[in-house]
Amino acid sequence: MTRLAVLGAGHVGPVIARVAIDAGFPVSIAASGDPEEITLITQFLAPGAEPRWAAEAVEDADVVVLAIPLHKFATFDPALVAGKVVVDTMNYWPPIDGVQEMFEDPLYGSSEIVAHRLSRSTIVKTFNHIGYHELDDERRPAGSPERRALGVAGDDPAAVTTVADVIERIGYDAVPLEGLGAGRLLEPGGPVFGVSLSRPEFEHAVARSPLREKA
Amino acid sequence: MSAASSDAAREDRFPLVLGLDTFGDVTYDEDGRPLSHAQTIRDVVEEGVLADQVGVDYFGIGEHHTDDIPMSAADVVLGAIAARTTRIRVGSAVTVLSSDDPVRVFQRYSTLNAVSGGRAEVILGRGSSIDSFPLFGYDLADYEDLFEDKTGLFAELLKGGPVTWQGKTRPALHDQDVVPHTESGPFPAWIGVGGSPQSVVRAAHYGFSLMLAIIGGSPARFAPFSQLFQQALERFGRAPLPVGVHSPGHVAATDEKAREEFWPHYLEVIRRVSKTRGFAAPTKESFTYETGPQGALYVGSPETVAKKIAANLTSLGANRFDLKYGMGGLSHEVLMTNIELYGTQVIPRVRELLT
Repeated sequence: MTRLAVLGAGHVGPVIARVAIDAGFPVSIAASGDPEEITLITQFLAPGAEPRWAAEAVEDADVVVLAIPLHKFATFDPALVAGKVVVDTMNYWPPIDGVQEMFEDPLYGSSEIVAHRLSRSTIVKTFNHIGYHELDDERRPAGSPERRALGVAGDDPAAVTTVADVIERIGYDAVPLEGLGAGRLLEPGGPVFGVSLSRPEFEHAVARSPLREKA
Repeated sequence: MSAASSDAAREDRFPLVLGLDTFGDVTYDEDGRPLSHAQTIRDVVEEGVLADQVGVDYFGIGEHHTDDIPMSAADVVLGAIAARTTRIRVGSAVTVLSSDDPVRVFQRYSTLNAVSGGRAEVILGRGSSIDSFPLFGYDLADYEDLFEDKTGLFAELLKGGPVTWQGKTRPALHDQDVVPHTESGPFPAWIGVGGSPQSVVRAAHYGFSLMLAIIGGSPARFAPFSQLFQQALERFGRAPLPVGVHSPGHVAATDEKAREEFWPHYLEVIRRVSKTRGFAAPTKESFTYETGPQGALYVGSPETVAKKIAANLTSLGANRFDLKYGMGGLSHEVLMTNIELYGTQVIPRVRELLT
């Protein structure tokens, strides 16, 4: 079973940890400091996940879920996740979180900029376009007509397959996109951001988006 | 910590509080034209006075700084309401502490507490308002650090007596007397939380009560937040504190009337926000879900809204509910009817359901 390390114990991290535990994955969770500081949060919001120091959580993990606020990314140590598959759940969302110079490059999506900085990791973008408040409620078993689709964008096919499997087991239809650049389709302002869509609806929305040309 | 013991906390220790919150969206006349900021503000004062008359426990105003929500000085409006009422509690919903000076916030609400004869409260948070950051020269990226630092100072100020404090976001205070002094200890202070577990722990750490802002999705998913809060209070050696819920809604004579009045304005307001923020506009389906038993909107007849409030207070182990009424485009008259129905029908029904 794929071992997950969730980095971040804020709005998003504990929710992903909880649904992954439910799906049967072994999960550890880490914040920026002492795991003692997040034991209560873990106990109530992601029971079954193991609070650990970030480095220890990452060392044992097959997939690292990066769920920190994007503005903390500038001080995130790339060495921590070197050699790992890293799921980028973050969004560059200036109207909500303010402008950040590092991400003000119209040529690249935010996950491409993340990948550039985490050059020794394999980046896969997903989870960013569903609200953390929906992630729990909207899970459905495979085959359910109500099952929501989540896009999975990455340049490494094996990593995309691994992450897509996690998404599917959690309770969503995984829709692989053509490379990390296509992750721009998942960003704020894009055709699927914050929208609950089935797989056919998702594929249709993505296919007819003007963003697709640029991606 | 079980759900049963948080129910016990609600029933035994804290009285049931049923309030109203408004952001003070610009109200519209009968022909659908927006009224002036000044008239909107005078309307909010009348709404607060009516809330007092019909038995509402709390009237809160959320700080906003935009053309369609001109409530930048909520405490002044609350002072006017306080002067014309004797019973209702008055406060913010929320005060954007990160872009304010905690000393000034304390002074304004301590003054409101004096004017109102001890009826002031303050709810600290970010809310959905981000306009105050550029306005006052703050960087949104510093939000967490600002809030953490200023919350710590505010907790010191609330204790009363000379304050000595040193932090990162404002000049230090050395044995500083901050006036006006409160008459009988600290006024109630809450932290509004939208989904950050760290904010829950922070509220417990400083001894603030917890206000859960549930504006979308299933209210039940917040139950672990309520349990986390009580457990964290215990960990910090503090006595249990109240938990409240703030959610949007609209009350009219019937379910159909409430939905018909609310939906077009909800759609318009959220669509406008969604355009600038890049998320999806609501659909009739998402609205139906949100107004149903699993959703976060309290839109309907007094009976429908009362049942939903009672059910969620129970499942969340909360003792307080503040209905955020109003939506840009609704008229003052429709809002007055909403307030009257909330006070005369919803509140007695919730009390009945919970005893």
